[in-house]
Amino acid sequence: MGSAEQISQLTIDGLMVGALYAVIALGYTLVYGVLQLINFAHSEVFMLGAFGGLFASRALVPDGGATPSGLASAGLVLFGLGVGALAGATAAYALERCAYRPLRRRGAPRLAYLISAIGASLFAFNLAGKEFGRQSVPVPELFTNGTVVTVFGAEISTQSLVIAASALMMLLAVDHLVAGTRLGQSIRAVAQDAECAGLMGVDVQKIIVATFVLGGLLAGAGGFLYAMTFNASYTMGFVPGIKAFTAAVLGGIGNVRGAVIGGLLLGLVESFGGYLFDASYKNVIAFAVLVAVLLVRPSGLLGTRLGRPA
Amino acid sequence: MTGRVIPDPRPSTAAGPILDVRAVTLRFGGLTSLDGVSLRQERGSVLAVIGPNGAGKTSLFNCLTGAYRPQQGSARFWAGEDAVELVGRSPHRVARLGIARTFQNIRLFPEMSAVENVQVGVEVRARAGALRGLLPTPAVRREEREVLERSHHLLDFVGLGRRAALPAGSLPYGEQRRLEIARALGTTPSLLLLDEPAAGATAAERRDLVTLIRAIAEQGVSVLLIEHDIRLVAAVAGSISVLNFGRVIAAGHPDQIRSDPAVIEAYLGDTDDERSRP
Amino acid sequence: MSGLPHQPRLTRLTRLPRSRRVRSLGIACFLSALAAVITGPSGDADHPLAGITGSFAWPRLIIFVVAALGLWAALLSGGHLASRGRALSTRARAAMMPSTSMPPAPGGDGAGPPAPAGPLRRIAAPITGRHGARLGHLALLAVALAVPPALSTAAQQALVGEIGVYALLALGLNVVVGYAGLLDLGYIAFFAIGAYTTAYVTSAEAMPWHAPWQINPFFALPVALVVAAVAGVVLGGPTLRLRGDYLAIVTLGFGEIVQLLANNADGVTGGPRGVFGLPPLSVDLPGVRYSWGLNPLPYYYLLVVLIVLVMVVFGRWERSRTGRAWTAIRQDEVAAEATGVATIRMKLLAFAVGASVSGFAGVVLATKQFFNPQSFGLQASLLVLTIVIFGGMGSRLGVVLGALVLQGTAFLLRDTVPPADRFIYFGAVVVLMMIFRPSGLLPPRRHRALPRQDVPGTPAVPAAAGTPLVGAAVGATAGAGQDSALAPGAAPGPGPLPAPGSLRTSGPPPASGASPGSGAVPGPGPGAGAGPGVGPGAEPAL
Repeated sequence: MGSAEQISQLTIDGLMVGALYAVIALGYTLVYGVLQLINFAHSEVFMLGAFGGLFASRALVPDGGATPSGLASAGLVLFGLGVGALAGATAAYALERCAYRPLRRRGAPRLAYLISAIGASLFAFNLAGKEFGRQSVPVPELFTNGTVVTVFGAEISTQSLVIAASALMMLLAVDHLVAGTRLGQSIRAVAQDAECAGLMGVDVQKIIVATFVLGGLLAGAGGFLYAMTFNASYTMGFVPGIKAFTAAVLGGIGNVRGAVIGGLLLGLVESFGGYLFDASYKNVIAFAVLVAVLLVRPSGLLGTRLGRPA
Repeated sequence: MTGRVIPDPRPSTAAGPILDVRAVTLRFGGLTSLDGVSLRQERGSVLAVIGPNGAGKTSLFNCLTGAYRPQQGSARFWAGEDAVELVGRSPHRVARLGIARTFQNIRLFPEMSAVENVQVGVEVRARAGALRGLLPTPAVRREEREVLERSHHLLDFVGLGRRAALPAGSLPYGEQRRLEIARALGTTPSLLLLDEPAAGATAAERRDLVTLIRAIAEQGVSVLLIEHDIRLVAAVAGSISVLNFGRVIAAGHPDQIRSDPAVIEAYLGDTDDERSRP
Repeated sequence: MSGLPHQPRLTRLTRLPRSRRVRSLGIACFLSALAAVITGPSGDADHPLAGITGSFAWPRLIIFVVAALGLWAALLSGGHLASRGRALSTRARAAMMPSTSMPPAPGGDGAGPPAPAGPLRRIAAPITGRHGARLGHLALLAVALAVPPALSTAAQQALVGEIGVYALLALGLNVVVGYAGLLDLGYIAFFAIGAYTTAYVTSAEAMPWHAPWQINPFFALPVALVVAAVAGVVLGGPTLRLRGDYLAIVTLGFGEIVQLLANNADGVTGGPRGVFGLPPLSVDLPGVRYSWGLNPLPYYYLLVVLIVLVMVVFGRWERSRTGRAWTAIRQDEVAAEATGVATIRMKLLAFAVGASVSGFAGVVLATKQFFNPQSFGLQASLLVLTIVIFGGMGSRLGVVLGALVLQGTAFLLRDTVPPADRFIYFGAVVVLMMIFRPSGLLPPRRHRALPRQDVPGTPAVPAAAGTPLVGAAVGATAGAGQDSALAPGAAPGPGPLPAPGSLRTSGPPPASGASPGSGAVPGPGPGAGAGPGVGPGAEPAL
């Protein structure tokens, strides 16, 4: 292993990517909590959110203009996040409406939901490829990226700080929402027993929509953050999608705090694993983690109950 | 290859136990579902397990059939002369040993026809595997015929002979219950576990059920029955074990049980309390 | 069933509830707008909205408004036609075979509720019907053999590379998804394994890594079959215990990794540049000497042979113990396991069988043409899945027709629709099928039940069938006393069935035992001997 600097750099990088995984993983975990289904099209929600934020910030920052700074930067980032989140939420809503609800109406078997979501995913990302082009597109510079602080020799860039801060705020907000609000209470009620919750006066249909929208908001904003570092493209959803899913399973799918811990942990494992073996095997490492968790402890680190305290 | 195409797991109807459950304890996290449950069943008898909701009756079935693995205790089963341990076996192995079950909330194969449902059970004893099944040799064909014949007989036995071609999911509730019993009998069990077979049944259906269970027992199949309806239980069971809060609180002849103060307490005691148990 | 008079239909339309009309209009508008965008011009990153605005440009808009209105009318009347058709066909079926008239089964499995008796089913009825089946299949086969030589070379190429190979792949995936109900998203990996295995054993130059000796490509078929089946078992062994959706995601990852390895392991597979120059299939026997060259037709006929072979084998399986076990697992795994089905082993078998068919297809691909890791992407896996869904999960003929229709359409529209856009349509097809016709183009025939007349040695006793329960059970009881030998028609062999003198002796009950009134208890009430009787409304009364 390398020096202390390398270790701390790998840790920082891992945590940063891990925070993004956590944000996306929440979408999987929330939907899983209420429907007991993996939302295979969640990665496309993430991708569409990224494009939403990307085009919004492009509209405000002209090509070749000066890089904004100060308050303007902060506003632009927030604006991008907001539009990304909105785009994600819209996509998630449309997904629920078109690919899930008709099946729920007729009480379709689980396999049908999975297949329908896969179809929707195939549709969405190819349509995005057609409409937005098939090359990857960078997000315009919204602030001057540079090293802000150095921790144990590791350089933390402005971008990392922005991503970490945004992700952290979203995670805290969701945790509060699920654990401490009326909506969260309803979501938890549906997650534990949808039928019973319905009898107790919870509008299950509405809660399911709310859950999809919430997951979509997070994934959309997360997509924009991801695109700031790795650019946006129509296929960008697939790999982070699988990894976020891994994170959700690692922490215990259906468990909100588990998803966060799983995301951070997976980010670290990948960062160090990529250093030890080879960066091109990062995906294989994440996948190996997924298989190992599913085989050894399918309930994940924290168990699979939505909203259960860690 | 012997003359018997489908082996018969049932031994001669010698006296002796068929099932001996000792101190089975099952916990889910902090919750103790079964707490040192013991019971013993004689070969050829009908034993009923009764108890309030959440007393652990279905958990006991699940331990016996391999769906759950209890933390402690043993459950021995006499398939032949020698006892075998049931704990730790997978459900299909338990079924092949000769224990068949039905489910509290009926679990049929809804889109298969009634007779196909039974065939799945009967074929557990068939010999033709996937590869041999591909070649329609005379032996394979004969076995298929026998499986089908026996499946139809079983349907007749439970009174569903005319329903053979209907999809199981389209049958009325009571007939689905009987089809489930026929499917279980198809596996040629020496012990049949019935999980609340009379749930939701009308009075007439209950009477039919009593007749059916007796007929099954008279064929030498031991029956372990979970039931709420104590009159029905008294009509068919030679002995009763009462479970409450995961413990056996009484066991014995039906008449004894009916007058047992602990049983009366369990049934008529604080009903809120019994509801609060999962 | 057609030729519905116009007058009543219109009145019926107006009688529909308002909410339904509005809803249908909404659906129609949405679908048309979506269709407009899908078929409209493309955009790119610099003009992200160009495609969408272009799609709704003036002349196009008219087409889609008209389409929306047409679709609306179709949706409204379609509901009526469907329900009417369903009623009619139910009646018809009931008339044909009294025992198969069926209300829609609740719950259900991967295919959802029984298919609405749509026009297709009716058209297909003569060919899937019991007696016409063989004739219909022969006619289809004759068409499949006779037509291709008349087609253009490009079409023949498509018949081999896009339709035939994918039909074979779909037949294999059909075992996994359609029969056993397992969602395998990395299915194409076995196709890759088949293709690379062929390259390994048949050529010394195509890949950097090759077998020490080369064999005729025909012998690659069994080799690839075994290798792919083993790969299926290796993948399935640890993962088939997982729940369905976890299995899907693990297989998805597996498919990705196989592609990644094929791409990265330059020293073994040749990496991204792919594999070419494999020897073509050839027969080199004394007297017979033939080599499959560049002409696609011979490959086509080879594929037809393979497809028919696979269909025959799977048809046999479908009707056997194995097929029933798969269906049981698909419909209720817990119940199947409790009924003694070795679920893990049967799922492994399905996986291995599917994989080996995929491996077969890989051999054809490898000997026919150049391939590289790009041929084995996720999209290819999803394409095979789309074909299976479209054709009808669990239906052999359905998935072959599915390949023909989907891939054939893609071929016919190859100049209008860019290949990269095809998957938009495929995705839409999958979602629409799951919503409107989950059992596919040609649904499988469900709940097969051989009537007991088919059982030799069993006298057909209509009187016995359906005897009231009590009568039957009591009859059995009476028979049990006489110890065996009551079995009608005495099955061959010395007690070939278990339970001598037991359950099977319940054939025709003695007339005396069968009391006509259902539910009537013959003789003394059941409770008489054992304490209190089970009276009407028996309650635990302690």
